[in-house]
Amino acid sequence: MLEIRNLHAGVGGTEILRGIDLTVRTGEVHAIMGPNGSGKSTLAQVLAGHPTFTVTEGSVLYEGRDLLGMDPEERAQQGLFLAFQYPVEIRGVTNAYFLRSALNAIRKHRGEDELDPVDFLGVLDEKLKVIGWDDSLMNRPVNDGFSGGEKKRNEILQMAVLEPKLAILDETDSGLDIDALKTVAHAVNTLRAPTNATVVVTHYQRLLNYITPDYVHVLTGGRIEKSGGKELAWELEARGYDWVAAGAVIA
Amino acid sequence: MTPEAADVLAAAPDARARYVREFEASAGNGAGQTPAWLRAVREGAIARFAEVGFPTMRQEEWRFTSVRPIADTVFRRADEPVPSGALATAMAPYLLCEADRHRAVFVNGHFVAALSSLAGLPEGVTVGNLAAALGGEADVVQQHLARYARPAAGPFSALNAAFLLDGAFVFVPEGVDVEEPVQVLFLSSPSREPIVSHPRTLVVVERGARASIVESYAGVGEGVYWTNAVTEVVVGDGARADCYRVQRESGTAYHVATTHTHQGRDSVVWFHLVALGAALARHDIVSVLDGSGGLCTLNGLYLLGGQQHADHHTTIDHAQPHCESHEYFNGVLDGQSHGVFNGRIIVRPGAQRTDAKQTNNNLVLSGEARADSQPQLEIYADDVRCTHGATLGPLDERALFYLRSRGMSADAARSLLSYGFGAEILGRMDIAPLRAQLDRLVRARLQRESRRENVP
Ligand SMILES: Nc1ncnc2c1ncn2[C@@H]1O[C@H](COP(=O)(O)OP(=O)(O)OP(=O)(O)O)[C@@H](O)[C@H]1O
Ligand SMILES: [Mg+2]
Repeated sequence: MLEIRNLHAGVGGTEILRGIDLTVRTGEVHAIMGPNGSGKSTLAQVLAGHPTFTVTEGSVLYEGRDLLGMDPEERAQQGLFLAFQYPVEIRGVTNAYFLRSALNAIRKHRGEDELDPVDFLGVLDEKLKVIGWDDSLMNRPVNDGFSGGEKKRNEILQMAVLEPKLAILDETDSGLDIDALKTVAHAVNTLRAPTNATVVVTHYQRLLNYITPDYVHVLTGGRIEKSGGKELAWELEARGYDWVAAGAVIA
Repeated sequence: MTPEAADVLAAAPDARARYVREFEASAGNGAGQTPAWLRAVREGAIARFAEVGFPTMRQEEWRFTSVRPIADTVFRRADEPVPSGALATAMAPYLLCEADRHRAVFVNGHFVAALSSLAGLPEGVTVGNLAAALGGEADVVQQHLARYARPAAGPFSALNAAFLLDGAFVFVPEGVDVEEPVQVLFLSSPSREPIVSHPRTLVVVERGARASIVESYAGVGEGVYWTNAVTEVVVGDGARADCYRVQRESGTAYHVATTHTHQGRDSVVWFHLVALGAALARHDIVSVLDGSGGLCTLNGLYLLGGQQHADHHTTIDHAQPHCESHEYFNGVLDGQSHGVFNGRIIVRPGAQRTDAKQTNNNLVLSGEARADSQPQLEIYADDVRCTHGATLGPLDERALFYLRSRGMSADAARSLLSYGFGAEILGRMDIAPLRAQLDRLVRARLQRESRRENVP
């Protein structure tokens, strides 16, 4: 589904990603861990098409197509979804209106009819139920004045409504209380399907107790220095990232 | 020649003299029916205008706005229109559909009974025209008319008072709640020659009463015209007035207006305004909190494109203690348009525990559009809270990417973000059919703007 080969990217001449290789197949869950500033969010943003970053080398294939040649909206329409580490506030636009606009943009691309407000409410209600939330945030402007945890939950709600094929969750677990963490994990697990894939960026092994990854990767200094199964997360929890960096030097 | 130097020519005495001559020529008209006090108001007003003339950009209050196009144009006051099917069709888009039982319609400044609907008003409530009220409620009119928006306050309110013939009158007696909104529609329908009207509105909501008033200004056809409006809203102790004002003048129009609200003790005023039209618009809003415990909210939106120029000058006058004011103004500026916001807050000596907030957010969509925003705080009491904030800038790139990452095209994302600036203001409005109508207008307008903006 996703094949990243020797990806180099940066901002204004400063290289942040220094040769990433990563393959994600359908049905898989990958976890990416790594110290602050190692390039996790940069990788996620580059995959989503953020114009700030320039790709200087390498390639990314998504369902066999050149992902890097697509506009951000095209990537989303093709089923890629990024849950932002720092969700953005949208002045004056209610959450419900925003969700409907996004869903309709994607439906239009799929050749489906756009949903009117009433039909959309039906879809929304169903998704809210899956996630176990009420509609109290729906008539407030997107992320405006939302608490940290509410913003993260809202990213998951968007994911549920948009039904992506490949979801990248950038520290969606950070700042969540334990109940919210379980709800988010539950939402991810509910949406999990053999045709989909998920990449979770996280600092905590905690989340991985609820979302069991098939692979864990350690990103340091803009490269994936180590990959393994879910046990790797435990080891990282016990030994810290220095251990990976040290190991990398010896190897 | 600099714009300022060119503008000074607008003060040329012939423009001023033209209006004085016109006043003198028409002074005999209707003099028979006009009460003496009103004649005195008019005469005082023209004398005032003769003294000051049209403003120039050298005056602090007018430094961003040149009224030269108005001073240079010879306007004629239009004759009374003949009610027609064409007029009825023309006014239809401006009506409040589901809430349209109480409306007074004026065409070129003249009341048109045939287009108005004054059905189902609660007992004691008057909605109609001032000329008629001078017969019935003469004392109420005399007590309030031109007492708040005084002719001496500025050249345009002076001109309005000098040529005051008729206007809208809304009277809600003590304790009465008018549930359905009252609409006052001022249509201009110019022919070949430029015309001017000086619409006047007086709204009196007595002690403990409650009403919603929707004031709309619009133009029919292509011709040049000038609307010089003055509105006075008097709100008694414990009363509440929800005022809406929709300015949809045609693109060749000039719109100058003063709105003056005057509030008693524990009263509430919400003043919502949306300015979409006119080539050149200037609106002065003065809200006086003249009794303790009053609450006043100004909630305004201006959407400008092309060569449009709109200047909003607001003054919130905290004359008494324990009052609260909120001011929200958003502007969306495209093309080569120019938006001006000047927000003055006065806290008078003794107006302790004043709580005043002001925000002005401008979204500047094009490199050639311009926004000017300035707060002006004059605080003469010590126990007060006054905050103000202004933003000015292009669309937020982070927000743009966020929306695109959710599948929206760059165009759709731009128009949604611009729409948000409007929706934030419209969201505070209570009259659902009006809000929906404005929402459609704003959305259509911004979709168009963003598409145009995207053309390389
Ligand atoms: N727009 C930018 N301009 C300049 N430098 C940037 C920009 N975005 C990221 N960087 C830099 O790139 C490096 C990687 O940042 P990134 O946000 O990808 O880290 P991260 O692994 O997600 O960290 P964290 O765990 O703290 O979220 C950091 O040194 C950061 O300062
Ligand atoms: Mg990060």
